[in-house]
Parts: sequence; C-alpha cells; structure tokens
Amino acid sequence: MNDVLLSVRDLAVHYPIRSGILQRTVGAVKAVDGVSLEVPRGTTYGLVGESGCGKSTLGRAVLRLSEPTAGSVHIGGQDLLALRPEALRRERRRLQMVFQDPLASLDPRQTVESALTEPMAVHGLPGGPSAWRTRVRGLLDRVGLPSNAGSKYPHEFSGGQRQRVGIARALVLDPELLVADEPVSALDVSVQAQVLVLLEELQRDLGLTYLVIAHDLAVVKHVSTTVGVMYLGGLVEEGPSGPLYARPLHPYTRALLSAAPVPDPVAEAKRERILLTGDLPSPADPPSGCRFRTRCPWVQPTRCHEERPQLRVVDGHTADQKVACHFAEDIEAGRILPREVAPAA
Amino acid sequence: MSLLEVEDLRVRFSRKGGPTTTAVDGVSFSVDAGEVVGLVGESGCGKSVTSLAVMGLLPRRGTTVTGSVRFDGTDLLTLSPGQLARRRGSDLAMVFQDPMTSLNPVLTLGRQLTEVLRTHTGMNRSAAKKEAVELLGRVGIPDPRRRAGEYPHQLSGGMRQRVLIAIALACTPRLIIADEPTTALDVTIQAQVLDLLTALVRESGTAMVLITHDLGVVAGTCDRVNVLYAGRVVEQAGKRELFAEPRHRYTTGLLNAVPRVDAPEGTALQPVPGSVRDLLPWAQGCAFSPRCGVADEGCRSGEIALSGSEHGAGHRARCVHPAEVGV
Repeated sequence: MNDVLLSVRDLAVHYPIRSGILQRTVGAVKAVDGVSLEVPRGTTYGLVGESGCGKSTLGRAVLRLSEPTAGSVHIGGQDLLALRPEALRRERRRLQMVFQDPLASLDPRQTVESALTEPMAVHGLPGGPSAWRTRVRGLLDRVGLPSNAGSKYPHEFSGGQRQRVGIARALVLDPELLVADEPVSALDVSVQAQVLVLLEELQRDLGLTYLVIAHDLAVVKHVSTTVGVMYLGGLVEEGPSGPLYARPLHPYTRALLSAAPVPDPVAEAKRERILLTGDLPSPADPPSGCRFRTRCPWVQPTRCHEERPQLRVVDGHTADQKVACHFAEDIEAGRILPREVAPAA
Repeated sequence: MSLLEVEDLRVRFSRKGGPTTTAVDGVSFSVDAGEVVGLVGESGCGKSVTSLAVMGLLPRRGTTVTGSVRFDGTDLLTLSPGQLARRRGSDLAMVFQDPMTSLNPVLTLGRQLTEVLRTHTGMNRSAAKKEAVELLGRVGIPDPRRRAGEYPHQLSGGMRQRVLIAIALACTPRLIIADEPTTALDVTIQAQVLDLLTALVRESGTAMVLITHDLGVVAGTCDRVNVLYAGRVVEQAGKRELFAEPRHRYTTGLLNAVPRVDAPEGTALQPVPGSVRDLLPWAQGCAFSPRCGVADEGCRSGEIALSGSEHGAGHRARCVHPAEVGV
C-alpha cells in the first residue's frame, strides 16, 4: 500500500523580478515556496486554493514544465530534476497533463486522430501508424466519444467532448501520473459530472494516479483521496478528504469551506461564515511568519508574526491530517476567539 | 403588480443569409421590490440574453425582441433609445461578470462614478466627488478617498467588482440585474460580494435579478428561482420549494450532478447525459427530452405548458413526467 508514485520535497518555484536597464534581479515572486507531498500509486491528490496560491505552478513544476528553483520531484523513485533533456523527454511518457481549456490545448487544424497519433510517433512506440490508429480508436471509444470522432476537428465538439479528447490525448502514451489542472471548471454543470465520473472509471480500470488541481472545493472533495490546501505558495493543511472536510483545522481551510456555496437553502441559511479581511498579499513580498496572518481572524501577537508554522499532526485528529498553524488546538477548542471582522471590510 | 414584469419575451437573432436563432423563447417572470429572483441555467439557455433584452442592450440590427417588459407599469420595449438611456443607470442598473472589461482602463474610479452621478442626477462636480467617495466606502473599499484617484488595474478582482456595484448603486436604482457577478471571483471573495449585494437589496428595497449557473449561489441568495433551458423557463418556484421538491427532470438532474462540499463520503454523482447542444426544438416537444432518463413519446410532440401542481400555484414546471413530490 505504501507504494509512493510521486514524491515532492521542499519544492520551490521562484520567478525573478528584473528591473532597471541592466535587468538586475531585484526580488522574486515566490509562486511555490517549500511544498512537500506524496501521492501513493492509484490514488488522487487534490490541490485546492484560490487564484494566485501557486497550485498551477506546482502542478507544472511536477512535470518540469516550470523549472523548480529548489527541492526535488521523484516519480517512482526516479529523480526528475536530475534528468538531462533527452532523458526527461523519455520520462514524460509516464507523466501527462489534462488542461482546463481543451480547445486551447488542441491544434485547431489537426484532426483528433492525427493529434492523438503524434505523441506515439514522437516517442517511437512500436507497431507503426496502423497500430497507433487502432489504439487511438480504442481510446476514443474508452472515453465515450462516437466512432467517427477521430476524423473530426476540435471545434466540432462540445465542451464536454473536447475535454474527453483532452483526456484521451493524455492517455495515449499509457502514463502513470496524470496532472489535471482545473479539468472541469470550463464545463457546464450538467457535463462536469460526466467528466468526473469518467476520470474515476479510468483510474479504477487503468490504475492511474492523479494530481488534481482545482479551485472548486466540492469537486476536489469528490475526486480526491488526499486533499492539500494551498495558500500563498505553501500547503497550510493536508489530510484525507473525509476528515479534512468534516473537521478542518486551519483557519484558512475553515474560511474556504464556510464560503463554499451549497445547493441547499436550509444549509445555506444555517451556516456561519468566517469572513476574511482584505485580499491575497503579493507573493513577491509575503508576510513574515505565518503567511495567512494578515487575513486570519484568530491571529495572535508575536508568534504568528515571527515563526512560519510547519505542517504537524494535531491530537485528536487522524495522523494523516496535518496543519500549519501554531494555534490549531486552541482554535478548535475555542480557547482563542476570532476577532470581529466588519462584514464589508 | 410587481415592479418588473417580463411577459412572453422572445429574442431572435437573424444573420444575412443565415438561419434565425431563437435565443429566448417566451420567457415570463416577475420581480418585486426588495426581492432577489434568480435566472439559472447553463451556457446557451438564454439567461444573459434575457437580461440584455430587459435592459435594452441588445444590438438593434439583426435582433427581434417581442413580448413585453413592464417596469413600474411602463413597457421598456416601447421606449425610444433616449428614454431608455435615461432609465438605465438611474432606475435600472446592471452588474456584469467581468469587472475589468466593464470599467474604463484609462479613467480613474472616481471619474467613472461621478460620470454616472452627474449625468443622471445633475450633481455638480464637488458634490458628485463627495458622493463617489461615500459610495466606495459603502461597498467596503478601504481608504475610499485614495482609491477614487486610482485606475482599475490597481485593484484586485474583488475590489473591481465592488466598484462596479458602487457604480450600479450610484443613483439608487430600483432594479439591479447582476449577470454572474461572482463567477470570476474566488470563493471567499464571492461570499463577500454576495453578502454585500443581498444586504443592499434588503436595506433599500431594491429588486434584483441574479443570473447564475451556480445552484449553490441560488440557494444562498435568491428568494424565487426560474430555471432556464434552451430559451424557456422549465421550472419556476420559491427557493425552498425548488430545492426541497424539484419537479422538472432537468432541475433534478442538475441537483444530482453537482458535487457538494457537505456530501457524505462515497456519494456517487449522477451525470446528466449528453450536452446542451443535444436538444429538440420546443415546437416538437420538450427540448430536454434527448437527455432525459424518463422521456417517452409524450415528451416528443406538441407544446408542453408550464403548469402548477396541487402543492401550490407558485411552483410550476414544464414537464410531462415531473418528479414525484416527496420521493
């Protein structure tokens, strides 16, 4: 069971800020700043957070589409960051990505069959063109597209069908890990569920491992085995999706969950919202200590300002649930009360 | 009589040499003062076109709008463009989805606010400026005096949406149409903006039409709901009735397909098959029938009326086989 496919250690992605005529580096946008996570084979890790938290950058860094500044990424024991370009290219067969906007990730002038055969040619898969085409047809059928889909162009499909094409494209090389960045957020509500169910079936049948990145808390809860909540470049809480959603520990997780709308007027009327003040601080100049302290209703003097909290286990919670908050126990027990926040501030 | 009464609204787009498209196909609904009415549906259901038609913002060329839109007794569709322009901004206001494209990037926020005030209320420059700062403060923008001198790009998305709301509120409109006002925002900011909008409606007795695809937003904000599909209202009900006893198969399908944060672990989603493109023209029966699990021959012929049930005239559905109440 302890077969870890993806292991990320202290990963950081910093983008330099250059200024002046010499384009000297004057600072860095710390998009991802010290993230560690492990994804066991055959499971789904869901990364959730608001825009600008670094979740997409993390997803891209795992595939080395963005070059990490520090840290390590291991896929099945192989250190991805140590690979030279040619070796990396070969390794990419095992790692594929599903993008948010399938239309933008498909060539408008290429038929689906041609687009899907190309990776097999690039990677020199055995069998030659006729075998490749047979595989493409099988895959299109597997993702629930009609048999004539291969000869069509991307614009001829509806949004949901395009995402099915995007998933088929990702599967062509028989990967082990799929990184799906907002796989359903561009789709209509009635179609979202189709794609989520398809992803589940494929995982079950093909033993795939997923890293799913999304801003929609309900989607992440539904698909994930483990959920990681990101805020300003770092994980603030991580845990199995059931316990994490039932008893969130970090003030940010609590605020996110309290803000997520539920299609049930009774639940909506009863819920207590945790209001956050202000906006996300700039990742170029993150707050000292705890990064969430500028918006945290439970912020305490000194320690929150001085010491960056690390992920840790809290008594009374499962050992898989980890939170990066100095005062998680006190907040949960109600020993620290949130400060009043003006609703519109 | 309600403040806004939309009756049998139809919007057709025609192109030279091309076919005519009916985007809105006989939509009727009403909104009272101090009430939030939701128009819910997926892409292409006609919810945004409905709102643009109410506001008279559709292009005149190639568009045919019929039916009636009575606002406080006056049919807005019969007004001249000039008369309508005077109403917009003062009596009627609109909040759009994307605040960046709705704000002018080269004018300060203060200028964009005072423009509305001076045009519609005839305030002088200094009074308008004072009022603008006050409005920015009212929608929760910190340090409004300084912000009034800034440009849209200097603000975050949530702040920009607040500015749009401030502009919409400037002349204390009696009706606000908010078209996906929070879709571009993060959940925590979405919650703030929705709270702000509903608080304003409750305090000042403004009527609001909220257009959204998000059933969660509807559950938290609206009083009454109209579910749209392929240009028609398929279900119309009070919020509680709609969620407790949905009747149209499209509504039940949507509710079973949406993942929920409060769902017990292992809850399976039940997707609605097909896509919004797979539809039957309303003239030939129910547009949703190609995607419906219980559709039969009766669903594929003739006109299907929006009809009430014995449980209340306010809850109406356009369905041959409505879901049983209490099942």
